[in-house]
Amino acid sequence: MRAMPGPITPGPSEKDDTMTAIIRIENLSKQYGSGTKALSGVSLDIHEGEIIALLGPNGAGKTTLISIICGLVVPTGGTVRVGGHDIATQWRAARKLIGLVPQEIALEPFETVINAVRFTRGLYGEGPDDAYIERVLRSLALWDKRDAMTRELSGGMKRRVLIAKALSHRPKVLFLDEPTAGVDVALRREMWEVVDQLRRDGVTIILTTHYLEEAEEMADRIGVINHGELLLVRPTADLMGEFGKKTLTIELMEPLAAIPDALSDRALRLSDDGRSLAYEYDTRADRTGIAHLLGDLARKGIMVRDVSTRQSSLEEVFMTLVAEPRQEVTA
Amino acid sequence: MSGVNWPGVGAIFQHEMSRFFRTVMQSLLSPVLSTVLYFVVFGAAIGGRIQSVEGVEYGAFIVPGLMMLTILQQSVSNASFGIYFPKFSGTIYEYLVSPVGWIEVTLGFVGAAATKAVLIALVILLTSFFFVGVHILHPVWMLAFLVLTATGFSLLGFIIGLWAKSFEQLQIVPMMVITPLVFLGGAFYSADMLPPFWEGVAKLNPVLYLVSGFRWAFFGIADVPVGVSLVAVGLMIAACCLAIRWIFATGWRLRE
Ligand SMILES: Nc1ncnc2c1ncn2[C@@H]1O[C@H](COP(=O)(O)OP(=O)(O)OP(=O)(O)O)[C@@H](O)[C@H]1O
Ligand SMILES: [Mg+2]
Repeated sequence: MRAMPGPITPGPSEKDDTMTAIIRIENLSKQYGSGTKALSGVSLDIHEGEIIALLGPNGAGKTTLISIICGLVVPTGGTVRVGGHDIATQWRAARKLIGLVPQEIALEPFETVINAVRFTRGLYGEGPDDAYIERVLRSLALWDKRDAMTRELSGGMKRRVLIAKALSHRPKVLFLDEPTAGVDVALRREMWEVVDQLRRDGVTIILTTHYLEEAEEMADRIGVINHGELLLVRPTADLMGEFGKKTLTIELMEPLAAIPDALSDRALRLSDDGRSLAYEYDTRADRTGIAHLLGDLARKGIMVRDVSTRQSSLEEVFMTLVAEPRQEVTA
Repeated sequence: MSGVNWPGVGAIFQHEMSRFFRTVMQSLLSPVLSTVLYFVVFGAAIGGRIQSVEGVEYGAFIVPGLMMLTILQQSVSNASFGIYFPKFSGTIYEYLVSPVGWIEVTLGFVGAAATKAVLIALVILLTSFFFVGVHILHPVWMLAFLVLTATGFSLLGFIIGLWAKSFEQLQIVPMMVITPLVFLGGAFYSADMLPPFWEGVAKLNPVLYLVSGFRWAFFGIADVPVGVSLVAVGLMIAACCLAIRWIFATGWRLRE
């Protein structure tokens, strides 16, 4: 059941004509052997060079979607093309273009960092290139650890080793399944910078995350998945504009003891010190009610010193989108 | 074979061999030690009573059997563990997302497992020189049987590793199936020494054909014709390859 308002459907945006789709997902479905329907009818074009974030609660189907594209899971329906190559019939060509950083950390414990990266490069059929591997390890702050066994590394370092491995063959598309899970704030910043550098190198990035600020910070577009359905895909800014609630903060000349009765039917909140009023409004509504509010304030003789607006975080946007319909909760 | 990702094969092979060389002492020490024990027990104790089998000194007669026993055990355990370990640790994902198919994965893993097994078998042969005088009649055929057998049983071990869902399953097949087959396959005696009924039963055992062919390469005597031995090991290799190709094509126990 969809929580989405009617007119918003997933689909290509108007920019599609001018951009090339490096990944074309058509009508993809997956039902696991256990009977779980993890994906139903997902279609999506991913453009070359963009960063797209997939958002969704636990069990939404994000990892399943990534796993199918990368070749870990066989779909029950639909097709995927990567760089024009069908992942089922032209899998060698398709997989050469892809790097995957899985959600779960999995590393050979008794292998050194640099050998782990060299090994992956070999698997992709590439000859040795230690100069490039050095660059990758340096950019991930792993060069000093190159001769350490992977089991001696911290969780955040291990995740960066996985990224280094995924980059070892210069993929055009990089999948990051929850890249900052279990990574501290400073490291998370560092990770964002790494992603930013990759974007400048022209790598297409598909990431999943539970940190909504991360999607907002990094992604050009955001796709929202729930119950195996792609609810929508929108440029990050559009999504914010379309769904974002804004808060108007009105600073007052004179503090108020309480909200005047005449204004009590409006959704106003008075700050503790009585010096400002907060008014939340929906940018999508025909009338925001701001003009009326300001008019009413003037008529009441309440003097306004300053006004400012703040956009609500993506987290709030997200909660609005995936909120279950009431009846399902009570049923 | 032009489409084969050879650097990929090389990467897997090297990766698997490096595990062997990391623990080269353990890898070699225990087979050598058990060989010495076999010589002491079978060669000295039993050999004291059985002077010779078909004209060959008993101590020398058991050398091919010992090498076969080792090569079967080592092939199966190396190959099954080699592929089970990444399944267990989760690193199997790398093989599934990279441009390597069943040919590359099989060549890499099975090639490494068979190489290790052959190396260990040769070390055992060297060890046996300290105990008995062994003259090898057809050294090239001896090596050929060694390599073919190692390949066949590494393929079998590879399938066991793909199939296994736990360490118990991984160990039970070698213990319950391989070791009995070797002991009943004429490693330490000639099938002629059995009563007629049991000789018939023994001929159903595929290992008998390998041991027999291998012993022929040493001494020129065989329980079954050499050609039959070659066909037997060839059939085994072909059947295992088909099974592995099927596993990778369907994703059985590999891909959801
Ligand atoms: N191997 C599997 N076998 C059976 N069901 C599975 C398997 N993997 C995932 N599922 C089910 O498929 C659904 C989607 O799971 P998936 O891992 O794709 O979600 P996700 O969006 O990545 O979640 P999370 O944010 O927790 O990582 C879930 O209901 C899950 O239980
Ligand atoms: Mg997931």
